[in-house]
Amino acid sequence: MALKGLDIFKLTPKTNCKECGSPTCMAFSMKVAQGAISIDKCPHMSQEALDKLSEATAPLMKTITVGAGEAAHQLGGETVLYRHEKKFVNRNLFAVTVTPETFDEKWEQVKGIDYDRIGERMYVEALALEYTGDADAYAALAEKAKATGRALILDCDDAAAARKALEVVGDAKPLLNGASAANADEFAALAQEFKCVLGVSGATLDELHDTVEAIEGKGLKDLVLNCSTASAKDAFEYAVQIRRSDLKGQDRTFGYPSIVNVAKLAPGDAHLQEAYASLFTVKYGSIVVMEEMSYADALPLYGLRQNVFTDPQKPMTVEPGIYPLNGADENAPIATTVDFALTYFVVSGELERAGVPVNLVISDAGGYSVLTSWAAGKLSASSIAKFISENGIADKIKSRKLIIPGKVAVLKGELEQKLPDFEIIVAPNEATDLVKFMKQFA
Amino acid sequence: MAYKKSPQAFKASINAVTIGTGDSAVTLGGENVMPLYTFDAPIEHRPAVGIAVSDTGIRTDLPKLDEFYEGATTLLDRAQKAAQLKEADFLSIVLDAADPNGDNRSVEDCVAEVKAIADAVDKPLVIEGCKNVEKDTELFSKVAEALQGKNVLLLSAREENYKTVGASTVMAYQQKMGAESADDINLAKQLNVLITQLGVDPGSVVMNVGTAAAGYGFEYVVSTMDRVKSAALEQNDGMLQMPIVTPVASEAWTVKESLVSGDDIPEWGDVEERGIQMEVTTAAACLASGSNAVILMHPESVKTISAFVADLM
Repeated sequence: MALKGLDIFKLTPKTNCKECGSPTCMAFSMKVAQGAISIDKCPHMSQEALDKLSEATAPLMKTITVGAGEAAHQLGGETVLYRHEKKFVNRNLFAVTVTPETFDEKWEQVKGIDYDRIGERMYVEALALEYTGDADAYAALAEKAKATGRALILDCDDAAAARKALEVVGDAKPLLNGASAANADEFAALAQEFKCVLGVSGATLDELHDTVEAIEGKGLKDLVLNCSTASAKDAFEYAVQIRRSDLKGQDRTFGYPSIVNVAKLAPGDAHLQEAYASLFTVKYGSIVVMEEMSYADALPLYGLRQNVFTDPQKPMTVEPGIYPLNGADENAPIATTVDFALTYFVVSGELERAGVPVNLVISDAGGYSVLTSWAAGKLSASSIAKFISENGIADKIKSRKLIIPGKVAVLKGELEQKLPDFEIIVAPNEATDLVKFMKQFA
Repeated sequence: MAYKKSPQAFKASINAVTIGTGDSAVTLGGENVMPLYTFDAPIEHRPAVGIAVSDTGIRTDLPKLDEFYEGATTLLDRAQKAAQLKEADFLSIVLDAADPNGDNRSVEDCVAEVKAIADAVDKPLVIEGCKNVEKDTELFSKVAEALQGKNVLLLSAREENYKTVGASTVMAYQQKMGAESADDINLAKQLNVLITQLGVDPGSVVMNVGTAAAGYGFEYVVSTMDRVKSAALEQNDGMLQMPIVTPVASEAWTVKESLVSGDDIPEWGDVEERGIQMEVTTAAACLASGSNAVILMHPESVKTISAFVADLM
């Protein structure tokens, strides 16, 4: 339960010693209640008071790390239900299911999905290892899967088989995803022994809640909660209720990240799985497990995830630099626009549709649209000229044609002075007219 | 401590707006819970899925789409094929060719064609314009007149033409209209206020609060819809309780992922599959965020999203 400033004040020494940096104990308490300052800044708090307060002021949703080394990923730690309130903290992971039989074929496909999108690496972060009844084959699969360097999810509710696999890959800190009401004791002991995160399931939300409480009672605090696989409707209810009961209802028993296995919700149907993966990316799946991941599946899903997990206070930007389009070489003309991701996508999309080779040069313009950057002084003749000279663009590209956005046509004269070698060409105002413009230009 | 469920149904609800007539009519909205939250309270009218046909023809580089429309040479043929798809709740006719900067088809031709379709199919109709404000204003007025009694939805009026569209579609001919704004809750609300001040019944209005393809600024779509739905339900804001209709097709099929052929980027594979997944991902994300109806282009996407909605209800 969130504490009020007055509740905290009662536990302070009330001496107004100022050692915490606040003028009075009351002021300090108010700041702690708002989460602006941590309680241990007061050197005179009693241990008893600290214990009481740290529990009450701890984050509602825990941050859990799955995997080790380069394959380590943080999950959870969310503070809000809607992204306009505050940035979502940890983006969801995508995982693909493998079995001893399908591993080689699937890994071949999965490792091919590895690309950069606006400065973020897009790939399948985890492999979900399905247990098919043969413990030795499962351990062998675990070993092979570990060699891929991806995070591992051991989807296995057989304690003996899970142990065999953990003996091989325990140091990779897999998610041991097999605990339920029936085997909670055994799996809790396994997770404790191998110090890995434990995945918990429940046939109903009540059962899941009870099982989590029982496991927490054994001292385990690194958990991931499974959404139902009975139906998409149930899975969605689990995902929403777990997140909402925690963040809104302050029920910390559900204060853990979730995992949704959409492969089980629509086996063999890549399109329907894609729809579910999209749903759980928008609403509260921390790990989304799919049967396969092709480029067709990945491109929209990773783009969606990148959008949803952006900071609502900060526009998404692209890295400044040269982006050769349509096979442009050093002889292709230069076009320039701002680094606001939306502008970049619209402009580069239209330029690509035109099919004319062009080097799109993006300079740092503060992440605003063309007119806003210009008005804020972030996009000017000087900034463009400076970017071109400082980044050696005139050496890398031989063409001396520079196309500027129509909305900043006013920069033409000044640019001609600052870049005397260049012919400055003004593009249309709207990106939609670029296709026609570029075709005529070529 | 045992788990305590706390259902969050609201006293306020989204307006229920019906399009079409008779047995095939479809009702959008009406729910008093956040999108798809059937566990809080039953959702009487499930989100609807529409199939779009454009008067500029179909893409020829998509074999499955070609196969679906095989033998259909005119817009009327294609509309009839599309209307037969049982997973589609309604049919959307997109009058792209009316664009003065494109084919510039005359209003008379467009109206005659739409009228022929309305007489031939029994699914509810949505009419999408060509995005040119002046042409759309005229188109919507004339279509509304020609299709009197069919209870069609005209998408959409904007700030520039809401007066004429509102007066000539809803007030004169009792059709339904859409109010289009771009990813901003204040603009969406302002337009609804203006439209209702004209005397248009709020129960005849749906909203298109803006959309984008997944990966292309979709965060604005999510946040606009999240805020619209919570204002409508939590704060009982009557000027934001119109159901949301989102034309997904026009966004999903015009991004690089759905356009570039597999020959140009071999590792990406089949372009049709990419387009379908882009459309499916975008549509599911729209429905998760608050759309009461989505309009899709590919029959395969329509089937998938229809199954998706059915599973969640």
